[in-house]
Amino acid sequence: MDSHTVAVRRDEETLHHEAEHPPYLRHHFETVEQQREAVSFGMWLFLLTEIMFFGGLFMAYLLYRNWYYEAFVSASNTLGIGLGTTNTAILILSSFTMAMGVYSAEMRNRRGLMLSLSLTIVLGLAFLGIKTIEYHEKFVEHHVPGATFSIEDFVHPKDSRDAALAPDMAQHAQLFFFLYFAMTGMHALHMIIGISILFALLWKAYQGNYINGHTATIDNFGLYWHFVDIVWIFLFPLLYLISRHPLH
Amino acid sequence: MHFFSPVLWQFLVKWLTEFSLFPPQASAIAPYMDGFYFFLLLITLVGLLLVGLMVGTFSFVYRKDRSPQATHIEGSTLLEATWTIIPLALFMVCFVWGALLYFRIYNPPTNAMNIYIVGKQWMWKAEHPGGQHEINALHIPVGRDVQLTMVSQDVFHSFSIPAFRVKREVIPGRYSTVWFRATQLGEYHLFCTQYCGTLHSAMIGTITVLSPEAYEKWTAGSTSGQSLAQNGERLYASLGCSSCHNGNAGARGPNLAGVYGSRVTLEGGRVITVDDGFLRGSILNPTTHQVAGYAPIMPTYQGQVSEEGLIDLVEYIKGLDTNYRVQQTLDAKDASSNQKGATNAAPDYRPGLTTGTRQMRKEVPDTSTSSGVGVSPQ
Amino acid sequence: MSTIVRLPNQQDATLPRVSYLNKEYGLKSWLLTGDHKRIAILYLISITFFFFLGGAFAGLIRLELLTPLPDLVASDTYNKLFTMHGIIMVFLFLVPSVPATIGNFVLPIMLGARDLAFPKVNLLSWYLYVVAGIFTVSALVLGGVDTGWTFTTPLSTHYLNTHVVTAALGIFVAGFSSIFTGLNFIVTTHRMRAPGMTWFRMPLFVWSHYAASILMVLGTPVLAITLVLVALERTIGIGVFDPSKGGDPLLFQHLFWFYSHPAVYIMILPGMGVISEVISTFSRKRVFGYTAVAFSSVAIAVFGFFVWAHHMFIMGVSNYSALVFSLLTMLVAVPSAIKIFNWSATLYKGSITFETPMLYAFGFIGLFTIGGLTGVFLGSLGMDIHLTETYFIVAHFHFVMVGGMLMAYLAGVHFWWPKMTGRMYPEAVSKLAAVVTFIGFIITFFPQFVLGYLGMPRRYHAYPPEFQVLNVLSTAGATVLGIGYLMPMIYMTWSLKYGAIAGANPWQATGLEWQIASPPPTENFLEIPIVDHEAYDYEWLANKTEHEVTTVG
Repeated sequence: MDSHTVAVRRDEETLHHEAEHPPYLRHHFETVEQQREAVSFGMWLFLLTEIMFFGGLFMAYLLYRNWYYEAFVSASNTLGIGLGTTNTAILILSSFTMAMGVYSAEMRNRRGLMLSLSLTIVLGLAFLGIKTIEYHEKFVEHHVPGATFSIEDFVHPKDSRDAALAPDMAQHAQLFFFLYFAMTGMHALHMIIGISILFALLWKAYQGNYINGHTATIDNFGLYWHFVDIVWIFLFPLLYLISRHPLH
Repeated sequence: MHFFSPVLWQFLVKWLTEFSLFPPQASAIAPYMDGFYFFLLLITLVGLLLVGLMVGTFSFVYRKDRSPQATHIEGSTLLEATWTIIPLALFMVCFVWGALLYFRIYNPPTNAMNIYIVGKQWMWKAEHPGGQHEINALHIPVGRDVQLTMVSQDVFHSFSIPAFRVKREVIPGRYSTVWFRATQLGEYHLFCTQYCGTLHSAMIGTITVLSPEAYEKWTAGSTSGQSLAQNGERLYASLGCSSCHNGNAGARGPNLAGVYGSRVTLEGGRVITVDDGFLRGSILNPTTHQVAGYAPIMPTYQGQVSEEGLIDLVEYIKGLDTNYRVQQTLDAKDASSNQKGATNAAPDYRPGLTTGTRQMRKEVPDTSTSSGVGVSPQ
Repeated sequence: MSTIVRLPNQQDATLPRVSYLNKEYGLKSWLLTGDHKRIAILYLISITFFFFLGGAFAGLIRLELLTPLPDLVASDTYNKLFTMHGIIMVFLFLVPSVPATIGNFVLPIMLGARDLAFPKVNLLSWYLYVVAGIFTVSALVLGGVDTGWTFTTPLSTHYLNTHVVTAALGIFVAGFSSIFTGLNFIVTTHRMRAPGMTWFRMPLFVWSHYAASILMVLGTPVLAITLVLVALERTIGIGVFDPSKGGDPLLFQHLFWFYSHPAVYIMILPGMGVISEVISTFSRKRVFGYTAVAFSSVAIAVFGFFVWAHHMFIMGVSNYSALVFSLLTMLVAVPSAIKIFNWSATLYKGSITFETPMLYAFGFIGLFTIGGLTGVFLGSLGMDIHLTETYFIVAHFHFVMVGGMLMAYLAGVHFWWPKMTGRMYPEAVSKLAAVVTFIGFIITFFPQFVLGYLGMPRRYHAYPPEFQVLNVLSTAGATVLGIGYLMPMIYMTWSLKYGAIAGANPWQATGLEWQIASPPPTENFLEIPIVDHEAYDYEWLANKTEHEVTTVG
């Protein structure tokens, strides 16, 4: 938007009634309703592209899981189910706090909004923290694909219920871990971006935005956050749960 | 004209006499392919003519000078249906015709003679069952069905013989096949058509179609003294395959005699037909090719046997009718390891042709040194 | 029903006092603009740069192929030339060509909107394009990349030492630029239409951009993730696509072509939109069978997603999937045929004039017909065996992309040039350029069909001597073609200052963009129009013009 139009717009605002030209109505939209619909539609489309983006990885996962089933099962069993479950719970909870944030914004409750956003940030960071612990474990166990990868744990499994794999099959556990890191890493990247945006939203909420009835930004960020959540809801069973042997 | 510039004149003459417009028709499939090509050309010409006529006539008749007023026409469902259905019908004819041709080219007849092709950056190696090796060349007899079983050692290549109208991708880690029957004597181009790195355009060769008698002569004259199966047998022994796959009762590995072409049940219940690709896969990834009823104890030979070595082994196992030879080899194992290298005499076929210019990031095991533990001549 | 429309007297035309071009001055007002028209101009300048860069590589390739021997450049240099030519032309020219320049400029105006739905995202996508361009140019400056634009694994991941990751990053970023453009177009088309602008009153240009945008939004992310995997495989060295580590190189082919085949339609559909506008305007008639043409665009977009494996017929896909993909390929050819016939029929009982855009549109129809029908050769399974990976395929996609798309692009640039700049291009010389381009194109690419059937493989640095005559012919044609492309570059620049003043509607076209001043004001419409007529309603235009004359007089 060029500054001149903005200036003109501001003048008009002083002249007209607030409801006719609210400050958040961009100059090229006719009505607030049109703007809200356009922005929300745009967000849904963006999430669609995100689904296609993850889709490529899911495709690779399904193919190799089918080819190297035993390796994928064994490798899946080495993932920490406790940490994974905790993380799932944390993420679902964060979706709840995010939804509360949207609700507070609609209720024009600044304190509630700020509290919800802060909680969402804390939960998001907790998720990333736990993810870091999991990644660290993989480093220690030499399960990170690449030069340091060791097939030892799969050829001679520590857990008696795990089938010992022949070395050629055990090598394919690397593919599992590559996809594990690619998929959870891509997911974590989305979390990091989400948390950065949350900080910005929190700052603007502190300044008193979003509680004047114009909640589109919060709504749409909520969509994004729930999307990231849903991706995890798919990743968790695929990577941690399917074909896992029962817990002790 | 030629007194004007003799050099230019000679150049032009040479140029225009070497000039070609249509590839030679040298295989059984070529006339069919060309027939289809001319049909497609006809469709294109008719379509182009039709559109050209419409655009040309209308532009002339309804140009502004003659037709100052445009007449409003919304459309015509009938006309539109016509030019939807007719092209669709024509395209369906193309589809069926093309599919028939495709199945014919990619489903080899059962009695075809088999030649193995290994592609690598940037050369073609042909391995005849009789043990003849060729680099960037392939000698075949006229009038016989020839099947090529091809594999790449590094990247995708593509084996193309335009005169035969056949081509197939040569894939790393997987056998692909193509077949043809040459109908005309002569020498034809062999191209690699899939971009494969720096010297892609140098990965070319010559297909020589010989009369049956000349082919016999060539076969006899260029044998390395050992057939592929014989090489495979030595490799089989030296890798210790026979210690498990010996056909004895209670052997740790499946009996390989007569296994080629049979149907076996895999661990997990899947039933497959044993073909070249399955044999190759079993050697490299035994666990994913585990035959039901046997313990998964076979080690992988990934990185230990070259593609040529694998071909030798596959060819050996294919020809294995009884276990008599296997057991013989088992007994004579020590003796054969003393002989190796002395009898096999084809040292010139695996030169380090491209090692100087190669710019691979990953070190690929060089076939000239690792072609089957000690079987390949040094 | 018939209408006579008199063209306005151009001597009287004046430039509007304030337009989007002179409303603000200074570099900053351009680089931080949210105005779709200014962003379109930024795109126009940047893609012209990359077009000539890519064209220079094409020139060097043709020069090398003048002789059968590898004598002008070394083999690896030659490989870098065709790789850079492909990457630049596909990702930095063809994909953004019509949508990002002409589409960006006129699509919101055609719909009666003040801007695209997300002006900042629009600007962001231009910046992403520039970043992508910088990555690509740095890959070039650092020493080039020689994977071919298809990045075939395992060649690109394990066997080459060039700047694959840099180039892949460039394409990754360019992909997001195109995703954002597509997203903006879809939302704008859905939510920003003026009152009365129903879906079936939209110009066909909008329909084809809508269809292309669906492909951009759904296809491009798959390419993005595929390139991420290629980059990771190169840097970390794990074998998702490496058969020696248990990976499947064909998976790469599937993922790559899942985008790159629809990408072909991303490239051609907007061009088809241009042709619809041009043909209708210069025959002064509504496009024959508007609905069929509109739906054929959508049909192409939908079928376009399910034909990708026809790039892999000889690669060992199963016989049955080959059958299915061949069948679907035949189906996707039908909507294109419908379009061609409908355009031709539009001329019937028209009142045709032959301005430059119309000449380019005729060129498009002819060349695209050849390009499309040769696609049927390649979609037929058996014929594909002989023709794929040869010069036949090179000729085929150049007929579609250069003969089709580039002709459409030039038609569009000429057609909307008066709207963009307020000035006319010189008519006579531009007609000459159109003819030169057409002739040059035929001489360049027609011999390549013959070469292809002879079996000359694509991407060959050296070739057997019997192919030389045809190659020399092709190179000669390329020279003519190059002149054909340089001419508009020169006279268009000239016209910026010396061109005749165009006036609001020099072609007497019906689109809403022609009902506002040339160049348009920043906000496009002082008041949002209420649309009460169908697209291409020349009767309405005639009444409106008369009405204006009477009110002014």
